[in-house]
Amino acid sequence: MVKIALISCGTEYSGIQKEIEKAATTFGAEIIIPEIDLEYIDEAYEKFGFSAQSSSLKLMIARAMSIVEGKSKTDAVFIATCFRCAEGALVRNEVRRFIQENTRIPVVTYSFTERTKADELFIRMEALATTVARRSILAREKQEGLTLGVDSGSTTTKVVLMENNKVIGTGWTATKDILGSVAKGADEAFEGTGYSMDDIDGIGTTGYGRLTIGRELKAELIQEELSVNAKGAVYLSGHQKGEATVLDIGGMDNKVITVNNGIPDNFTMGGICAGASGRFLDMTSRRLDVDITELGPLAMKGDYKKAMLNSYCIVFGIQDLVTTLAAGGSKEDVAAAACHSVAEQVYEQQLQEIDIREPLIQVGGTSLISGLVKAVSETLGGIDVVVPEYSQHIGAVGAALLVSGMGKRQEK
Amino acid sequence: MVKVAIFPPNSLILADLIERKGHEALALQKAIRQKVKDPDIDSPPMNITEEDPIKGLKYAAIEVPSGVRGRMSIIGPLLDEAEAAIIVDDAPFGFGCIGCARTNELAIFYLRKGGVPTLELIYPKTKDETTDMVNKINTFLDSLSLSNDSNEEKNAKNGENDVKEENNG
Repeated sequence: MVKIALISCGTEYSGIQKEIEKAATTFGAEIIIPEIDLEYIDEAYEKFGFSAQSSSLKLMIARAMSIVEGKSKTDAVFIATCFRCAEGALVRNEVRRFIQENTRIPVVTYSFTERTKADELFIRMEALATTVARRSILAREKQEGLTLGVDSGSTTTKVVLMENNKVIGTGWTATKDILGSVAKGADEAFEGTGYSMDDIDGIGTTGYGRLTIGRELKAELIQEELSVNAKGAVYLSGHQKGEATVLDIGGMDNKVITVNNGIPDNFTMGGICAGASGRFLDMTSRRLDVDITELGPLAMKGDYKKAMLNSYCIVFGIQDLVTTLAAGGSKEDVAAAACHSVAEQVYEQQLQEIDIREPLIQVGGTSLISGLVKAVSETLGGIDVVVPEYSQHIGAVGAALLVSGMGKRQEK
Repeated sequence: MVKVAIFPPNSLILADLIERKGHEALALQKAIRQKVKDPDIDSPPMNITEEDPIKGLKYAAIEVPSGVRGRMSIIGPLLDEAEAAIIVDDAPFGFGCIGCARTNELAIFYLRKGGVPTLELIYPKTKDETTDMVNKINTFLDSLSLSNDSNEEKNAKNGENDVKEENNG
């Protein structure tokens, strides 16, 4: 059983201890608390050098130190502190860095409230358990043979065919009947390559529909999108070593993943407000009567400050844009304002929850909207935003890459 | 007997000193024990559920981290009951702690604001300081006994008067 060490400032006082344990058990893992002596707390705390006022944070530091010094044995670490606690957030990030710099133990961090439920923790626990159980697979940096990656998302299905470390075919289709969508995407990916399903060495699936599709296609790898997308992003952007942040502004939800040496260590996912998603840009392009592919270049020419946009809401926001157009505002300015609004909301609602590490790799369909990429960069103070080739197929590429280390299906 | 709140709220030493003088220590352990014993709740290790941080809203607003509100949901009612308080600042782990500096600040503030007789001390570093601290605590507890006795006497007298008045009535 995978042992996950819980390092926290008191999840038991927020009433969520049971939820954390439930999430771990679901993925065949067990929560352990590193036991340490009272004397060791002061010793470790002084050695670490962070002057924390809260004694639970000192205890967190000491527990992290005991893992790094080999006094406590664990396969993975889950670091959690209260949401909205500044001191907790500082210690959480420093402890995470400390463990990552000094061990190869996978770490995931989380800031919780009393409303945190096991469901919210599932994907993190699954990622931790996966990272431990499949470390050798995640270490893969090069694709070999002929593999197919399938990302069955809530809005679109992406299929990628890779051969000897190159993408040779891609398919992209709206997710309707999930198996039918995969078949359609696969047909697109195979087109012109001369290959068919019978020639494939291995299939990897990810995304919401990964289990159903994985069973149907007898996939060698069925893996959650957190580790697969992160791997795909760092692989395509050439940042497999060191730290990075992966941003995916999706059609229905947004993901921000921080990565260390290709392995995800923190993750935030939002999906409450459509105004902060790709859907808002889709509606804007329809209102401007331009194809979504034209929205980005249009926004690049505009100035968001010239368009009135007082609301983040998808309904009132669009009304504001219509008012701007009616008052003689330009399409370019409106497109720029829409992109800026989405970037600003993602920043305010999600990016602030996470410790952003450069480079920022933007992926997913919306990463092709150049105006949005520019707006994200501006919102983050002008940092470089990397958009790799095939950024819209990131999950499928990650799955095709990871499955390539699992042998040939014809030989099994 | 006076109900004495303590800080740190789980200090066994403070609770013991108070009980030796015949007062009631408002210690965290008793509140936790009650929760743990509750057979209806199954949320180990302390049976604190998501409802407790919401109860903590009485002491801290929603923007305050859930860990502070969860702690205050247990400590707060003890502070409300306090008729006197002993606060020991800068105490090490072994003396007692609740782990969160923000909760410490809030709990101490509530005690000070409560206007009950309060003894504030700094945790001793030498043997002499330790003796001094224990003496101060004992003197404080004795003074509570005296004032409590005189209050009780006063109440008893008032009671007699009440009875008399009733009789007269």
